[in-house]
Amino acid sequence: MMESNGDNQIVQEFLIESYENLDNLERELVTLESHPDDMKALASIFRMIHTIKGTCGFLGFGKLEKVAHVGESLLSRLRDGELKLTPEMTTALLKTADAIRQMLSSIEANGNEGERNDQELIATLTRMQYAKNVTPPNPPELPIAAGKPLDEGLLEPEVTPEDPARNATAYVEPASDHAVATSSIEPVAHPVAGKSQASESTIRVDVGLLDKLMNLVGELVLARNQILQFTNSLGHNGLLATGQRLNLITTELQEGVMKTRMQPIGNVWTKFPRTVRDVATHCGKLVRIEMEGRETELDKTIIEAIKDPLMHMVRNAVDHGVERPEARRAAGKAEEGRLLLRAYHEGGQVNIEISDDGAGIDCARLRAKAIKRGLITAEQAERMSDRESVNLIFHPGLSTAEQISNVSGRGVGMDVVRTNIEKIGGTVDVSSAPGLGTTVRMKIPLTLAIIPALIVTSARGRYAIPQVSLLELLRLKAGEASSKIEQVQGSHVYRLRGRLLPLVYLDRELKRCPEKDGAAGAHKAVNIVVLQADDRQFGLVVDEINDTEEIVVKPLGKQIKSVSTFAGATIMGDGKVALILDVLGLAQRAHVVGEVRERSAVEDADRAAKKEAEQARQTLLLIQEAHGERMAIPLSLIARLEEFNRDAVERAGGQEVVQYRGHILPLMRIAEYLGKHRNGSAVKSHAAATTTGSGSGTAGAEPEKLQVVVFRQGEKNVGLVVHRILDIVEEKIVLEHPSHDEGIHGSAVVQNKVTDLLDIEDLLQREMDEELVGAGDRR
Amino acid sequence: MSAQTKQFCTFFLEGHYFGVPVQQVQEVLRYQEMTEVPLVSSVVRGLINLRGQIITAVDLRRQLGMTDRPEKQKPMNVIMRTADGAFSLLVDEIGDVIEVEDNTFEPPPDTLQGMAKGMLRGVHKLPNRLLLILDSERTAKLSDAEA
Repeated sequence: MMESNGDNQIVQEFLIESYENLDNLERELVTLESHPDDMKALASIFRMIHTIKGTCGFLGFGKLEKVAHVGESLLSRLRDGELKLTPEMTTALLKTADAIRQMLSSIEANGNEGERNDQELIATLTRMQYAKNVTPPNPPELPIAAGKPLDEGLLEPEVTPEDPARNATAYVEPASDHAVATSSIEPVAHPVAGKSQASESTIRVDVGLLDKLMNLVGELVLARNQILQFTNSLGHNGLLATGQRLNLITTELQEGVMKTRMQPIGNVWTKFPRTVRDVATHCGKLVRIEMEGRETELDKTIIEAIKDPLMHMVRNAVDHGVERPEARRAAGKAEEGRLLLRAYHEGGQVNIEISDDGAGIDCARLRAKAIKRGLITAEQAERMSDRESVNLIFHPGLSTAEQISNVSGRGVGMDVVRTNIEKIGGTVDVSSAPGLGTTVRMKIPLTLAIIPALIVTSARGRYAIPQVSLLELLRLKAGEASSKIEQVQGSHVYRLRGRLLPLVYLDRELKRCPEKDGAAGAHKAVNIVVLQADDRQFGLVVDEINDTEEIVVKPLGKQIKSVSTFAGATIMGDGKVALILDVLGLAQRAHVVGEVRERSAVEDADRAAKKEAEQARQTLLLIQEAHGERMAIPLSLIARLEEFNRDAVERAGGQEVVQYRGHILPLMRIAEYLGKHRNGSAVKSHAAATTTGSGSGTAGAEPEKLQVVVFRQGEKNVGLVVHRILDIVEEKIVLEHPSHDEGIHGSAVVQNKVTDLLDIEDLLQREMDEELVGAGDRR
Repeated sequence: MSAQTKQFCTFFLEGHYFGVPVQQVQEVLRYQEMTEVPLVSSVVRGLINLRGQIITAVDLRRQLGMTDRPEKQKPMNVIMRTADGAFSLLVDEIGDVIEVEDNTFEPPPDTLQGMAKGMLRGVHKLPNRLLLILDSERTAKLSDAEA
């Protein structure tokens, strides 16, 4: 590989091919262990080791050949059904693969197999091979248990299940026969014979070349953007058409080059069955690995970046997640633990999940440990939700394993995993159910090189926001802003469909014009970019929203890398540089999402105290009834606030309904609802009269628009018609008059006025009852 | 037989004469438009698009604790090559590439104070003036620490 003469090239190809073969071999071996009758797997293993042996014999790597040879001999007896695979054999064969791998890497580095002594391995393999010559009809378990007397009575039943396997052998044999028959005569021919048809339609390309192509395409995309800008401003027809063509070709080229770098994630997963087996054996556990979506494709650089974190998490799951067989049995679970790897595309990202069905993470223990290590204080721990606690495992220096094994448990793992994943723009999240298992979920971008982004302007600077975190864009007209943007204890919020959306001012976060405050900007229109960071949403207020563009992500110099608010930079159509915002970093900076990682304990305690004060407060929707009564509904229970035209109201089953998002939304009126237990059922007909249009009902002249608070219960929505929506407030609620009435929790003072707190659960319950009664009536 | 010599790329800052080893200099550019970077140390003046590569520009005046250059005086770029990629040093004016003899070298005087001390490798005593030799690794690093 260092010199480029012909010999070296052959060796190089041999190495690449053999590495591939070894990867497959390991996977097949583990498969074979769980399905000993899988003759196809056995045949393929045999073929692979045979190919390696054949080629290294030809290239003159004697030691390698010897090891491969004994492995092959054992396999050939297995294949012929003379022996049956035992775990010991699997281990020995895997060791063979290890030995071959080591020699290969030595060849790669030094050009020879290196100083090594494989006598022991060879002896073991040879011993196994001759340990017991079980003639075909004989039972399978014997080869290793040599020396123990046969118990015919016991073994008899086993003969039958063995039979189909033998038949299968006979059946498969012709297929692999070719490889065996020629082996002794003409080993050189093998690499060629062993190669699949695929080799004719594929070529190997140096990754460096692909990287270079990718960079060039990136430059081309930039040049294209520039040219398109010029053509649009010049307006020359011929130029426009050419520009369009250039645009299309560039896009296709970009996609094509991108595809060349895509690899199925299965390539990385190939190694895991072996890992799982090794770790499980080491810990005395039984673990089965399952994979879903191994064909999911990712950019090669990303695959490289997630390889180690994935491996770490898989080891972790086996070592810490899955319990020992005894414990599993005691817990009423199957002895064999299950580890599931799942990958799938979602919203331009790849999700990878690693879940085990083990004991789950013990939050209490995790907290206790965190306290012991001084990572959090006892009070903090008390306030932590289980979800927050689980995420403590990402804290440096924390490991839940009681015992440190040589596999994992040194506490340097998960924080590194998280850092690595976040480095490539991904996120990691853990969820755990005690007794049921743990799931680690990662979201990974498809590619790092070229991403669609929204370009915004703030304080005269241009910034790119990756489209993956973008949810929607809002624009508040000039003059509207001051009334629509409200404050909760100094932080700005906007009501987005009835939910409070925290607002972050980009210019302030970037410290670009600190003197400017919200009041000064209130006369201008406000542009809000709604973003998703982790599982929170927030609105980013920017001066201008420009356009979406495909941008080429370029790394930042080390002087700037430490600023987590920026993910990189890009070059815009005009040749100037624009920074790419790191949405998560920005959210952390603005404290939209928690950042357990970097906070100091003091700061944290401060914040926690504040949080506690906030938690006692409740966010309430204030409404007013026709007679001026004020009522409050906890905002958390509300799904949406809607407005309906009065003539949209129809009647069905003796109830008012409206058509809403393709479903029928039953409506209830507050007066009706509360009146029912205050004045009996008389109100109902009354309310009916109101809606039928006489306008002489208790509610008086109803407005043209109905204000409806929509609640959601399971799959059903229920609408509560209210007279007027007043406000959303955050208040500490002290119930002064606990009510015995149904429908009302009691009264409290909100904004210095007595307000009834509605019992929404009761309302929803009643709605369900009513439905039943209604159904009964009709019958 | 002449003594060992070294080549330095020279430039001026507030009238002082500075030099960096010529092997570490990738190129020298006139003033380039920069994109400011919020939230970083003030030493970082912005990002430059150097033929598709994005380069951080470090203001050497600020780095050395000197006063800012007058508004209308546009800085020049000395693009430095380091193991971590290129970066640019903003300087007042570019001088010649000169060859100096090793034996004119002396470590920085002990009386040197402030930030400049860490960043000076030493001084070459030229016939009519002193050439201050910058430690380019440190100039790149210090801005990092400050950020």
